[in-house]
Amino acid sequence: MLDSAGVAILARRHRYHPLEAVPWLAAVAAYFAFPSYLPLGAQILATILFALSADLVLGYAGIVTLGQAAFFGAGAYTAGLLAAHGWGEPITGLFAGAAAAALIGLLSGLVILRTAGLTLLMLTLVVASILYEAVNKASWLTGGDDGLQGMQVWPIFGRYPFDLFGRTAYFYCLIVLFLCWLAARRIVHSPFGRSLVGIRENIRRMHAIGAPVERRRLIVYTISAAFAGISGALIAQTTGFVGLTFLGLDRSGTVLIMLIIGGVGRLYGAFIGVPLYMIAQDRFSTIEPVYWYFWIGLLMVLLVVFARGGVLGLAERLQSRGEPGR
Amino acid sequence: MSPPALETRGLTKSFGALTVANAIDFGLERGARHALIGPNGAGKTSFVNLVTGALPPNAGQILLDGADVTGLPQAARVKHGLVRTFQITTLFRRLSVLENVALAVCERRGIAGGLFRPAGYHRAAIEEAFALIDRMGLADAAAQPVATLAYGRQRLIEIAVALALAPKVLLLDEPAAGVPSGETGRIIAAIEGLPPDIAVLIIDHDMDLVFRLAQRITVLVQGSVLVEGAPQAIRADPRVRQVYLGERGPA
Repeated sequence: MLDSAGVAILARRHRYHPLEAVPWLAAVAAYFAFPSYLPLGAQILATILFALSADLVLGYAGIVTLGQAAFFGAGAYTAGLLAAHGWGEPITGLFAGAAAAALIGLLSGLVILRTAGLTLLMLTLVVASILYEAVNKASWLTGGDDGLQGMQVWPIFGRYPFDLFGRTAYFYCLIVLFLCWLAARRIVHSPFGRSLVGIRENIRRMHAIGAPVERRRLIVYTISAAFAGISGALIAQTTGFVGLTFLGLDRSGTVLIMLIIGGVGRLYGAFIGVPLYMIAQDRFSTIEPVYWYFWIGLLMVLLVVFARGGVLGLAERLQSRGEPGR
Repeated sequence: MSPPALETRGLTKSFGALTVANAIDFGLERGARHALIGPNGAGKTSFVNLVTGALPPNAGQILLDGADVTGLPQAARVKHGLVRTFQITTLFRRLSVLENVALAVCERRGIAGGLFRPAGYHRAAIEEAFALIDRMGLADAAAQPVATLAYGRQRLIEIAVALALAPKVLLLDEPAAGVPSGETGRIIAAIEGLPPDIAVLIIDHDMDLVFRLAQRITVLVQGSVLVEGAPQAIRADPRVRQVYLGERGPA
């Protein structure tokens, strides 16, 4: 017996909306429209997954992190080391990258998620820095400052080799992103995902309704690390290179900026912010090779001033303004 | 004789020189309508935090249905049926009324950790949440964000969330705090309508509300129990009048 619109809204929220097909149609259309930009396109797709992983912890669970690159880099180096040492099979490489990143997420999360606020922020930074220096020191294995050399990535399923034009890479990244998005979407609409929103909105209330808050935070932190690891592995495999910048603070910060541009905690912010940022970066750096960061900065300032909640936040406000009686 | 629903033995807590709970022995019978009163700073809210596990005690025991829960974390005590509401409304302000209650229902049913099945498929849980909201007279607001509701109605959601956890012991921390006097009637009615098998402890200093609802009253002063008894006895007790009621003139 359902006698309230509210019940119906909750019961139907997980259903697919036609608008959700737009990013995927756009991605397929871009393949045909911009054939000479496929390598950049593949990077964008993989980075969307990275931003999606950040959205799970920051946007849903409210864990502010500056260490997401630790998991990205862990996945990249794992897939890269495998490919450089005689195992170039890409799919298992992705799984290995995900597993390594998840393990680091789980172990570091066990320690640092006991804290909150600025302390937690600093500790996420510390974890990434420790990993950065460890990889730097272990140059006999990782190539240190020079980056990892000599990756040999095999054809996908033994049939589709990675080509110079980035066609295989583009579809490879697109399919992996799609599968991960399906999983992430499932998670955020599950009771677990809703309880993460509860933790973000009011942690005291979650304790008071008997939720095992620490365990939930650790689980989402680990899942997010796995997604970041897959993203790193994708970029390592499709570019054939892994370097220290994969683990740097720059990357942790940039992914947050891209996510904030798109909109945090909405699952689709990554799909808007990442292409916007990376295409702007590509264009600006061509037009103005020295000065392009200025324009990115200006874009950020405008967004923060006029569009809090990112592009999606702006769209939501415009939409609710159009509806009568609100 | 069965043990009380909630009991504390020698419960003690101090912050440095300030003792907020001084060897409190307290019992709450099953199905009781009991009030804990005392002037500001008497340690009422600290008592709630100690009992629910938000604060660790320095000494003493807390028993639920005769079982010692002193060492258990907050979440485990909730599973044992010990539930509280907050003096200052503590809800998910941007979420709908329905979802505020549904989150609690999911926790109690043990389905809140589920990762893959969409929350919307748990129809029974959503309907249970809606029934609770309906019972509080808030069905019309089920889809609205909590923050858009009047404060008095938010207080009712606090109670609905607590009921969603199927409490055996319910601690109501100033249930009518901050509510305009014209609307306290609805909150009193909601408390009067609580299932009779729940043991209810009302922590408050609103005398009208306490004397209307409570069958038994405990008076707390400076972290210690001053006296406990039936409302009439408390009203007549000269010590109570001096330390507490005296501040406001004869009740």
